[in-house]
Amino acid sequence: MTSVGEDPGAAIDPTAGYRIEDRDGLDQPGPKVLVGTRKGLFVLAGTEDRRQWSLHGPGFLGHVIHHAVVDPRDGESLVVAAKTGHLGPTVFRSQDLGRTWAEASQPPAFRPGDPHGRAVRSVFWLTPGPADGPGSWYAGASPQGLFRSDDRGDTWQPVDGWNDHPSWGEWAEWPDVEGTPDGSMLHSVNVDPRDPDHLYLGLSGGGVFESTDGGADWAPLNAGCAADFLPDPTVPYGHDPHCVRQHPAMPDRLYQQNHCGIYRLDRPGDTWQRIGDNMPRDVGDIGFPIELHPRDPDTVWVFPMDGTDVWPRTSPGGRPAVYRSRDAGGTWERQDTGLPERGWHTVKRQAMTTDAADPVGVYFGTTSGEVWGSADEGETWRCLASHLPEIYSIEVASTR
Amino acid sequence: MKVRIPSPLRAYTGGAANVRAEGATVADVLDDLDRQFPGIRFRVVDEQGRLRDHMTVWLDGERCRDLSAPLADLDELVLMQALSGG
Repeated sequence: MTSVGEDPGAAIDPTAGYRIEDRDGLDQPGPKVLVGTRKGLFVLAGTEDRRQWSLHGPGFLGHVIHHAVVDPRDGESLVVAAKTGHLGPTVFRSQDLGRTWAEASQPPAFRPGDPHGRAVRSVFWLTPGPADGPGSWYAGASPQGLFRSDDRGDTWQPVDGWNDHPSWGEWAEWPDVEGTPDGSMLHSVNVDPRDPDHLYLGLSGGGVFESTDGGADWAPLNAGCAADFLPDPTVPYGHDPHCVRQHPAMPDRLYQQNHCGIYRLDRPGDTWQRIGDNMPRDVGDIGFPIELHPRDPDTVWVFPMDGTDVWPRTSPGGRPAVYRSRDAGGTWERQDTGLPERGWHTVKRQAMTTDAADPVGVYFGTTSGEVWGSADEGETWRCLASHLPEIYSIEVASTR
Repeated sequence: MKVRIPSPLRAYTGGAANVRAEGATVADVLDDLDRQFPGIRFRVVDEQGRLRDHMTVWLDGERCRDLSAPLADLDELVLMQALSGG
């Protein structure tokens, strides 16, 4: 033992704060909603009929949890992107839904001697790899770096084809702007379920990019998207996608909630269509998240926010609502039954999700610490948890 | 030498607030700490070898951000967290 002198802290387990100790209901079958917050990780455990929910945690009290994702390939490997106000970014892993944790032995990091001088400030986004690549994960970071693990998140390697792309310095806008989950970061890593070498990702700022060779080379994919904050609206990159989703059942279909509107792209086309133009004018089509029905490629949910004037990024008019389209963005319907009549909600890009049940469950978390859920595809809403810290991410896991 | 460990890093030292580590420079001591307590260095120093913004090193009462600083004749290095958060 290398400790010296008086050490009153040595008698306690310093990692005890990582654990989610209250297990009643947590280890039962049923959906789990993972809630990443600015101050720790919480888990909402639902009964199989999604009528009753219990809140568990926090784990990692005081740690910034940007993303927490259970591997859908095994239903038990939980990977968490974490940091604290003082300490550098890292990744923690649990095989028992937060009862015990192990830190990545090699967290995501740029290569020493990086020509841009980059260092990861935050691990921001986690995406499980392809179904036939067990243990593989991608991580997006701030600044806009891409990393991959092939051992369930224990060791991470830079994706050199992206990080060292000759155009990275032009593509990645404002890489030094701090403030994650605001500011610059790489997010929305999408792995084509038909071809693990076919990847999409989003940069804030920078745009959407595509690779067809496993990340060795990349090209921008932003035609049709507005960039109202740039003097030339027809630039090939420099856009600000907030969230990009590839439909699992129709992988040629992409949806995007952008800083400048809601879009759909049907490949092999290469020009985004602004489906947000069909939203009510007094609501607009600005927001952070966009979420998909797991089986119906025409159904999508968004959470509009006020992008006028000085960009409050709160519910337009102080009247919170989810909007759903069931015709691929041709028309939209307001879904606010059960939501407060007045509220000034902000929902971050990772803080909304859907489950795989029938009917589909939809969930979102607010920066004011509330988790809202719908078990009927957005028709009615109820508050599942409140008084939590600022919510950064919401993910659903159906654990074993 | 004695190294004082701030509370955010004691998860790595088994809760110990004071540990021993050896080295001719601050960087050497941090390397030795990482050998004893794997992972601790990366929370303090980034992959380009820079002390993270919200960590500080104190040598003989003086704040030091130069990891190549020599430690001759010193018997204590203090690691502390700097202002951050809210």
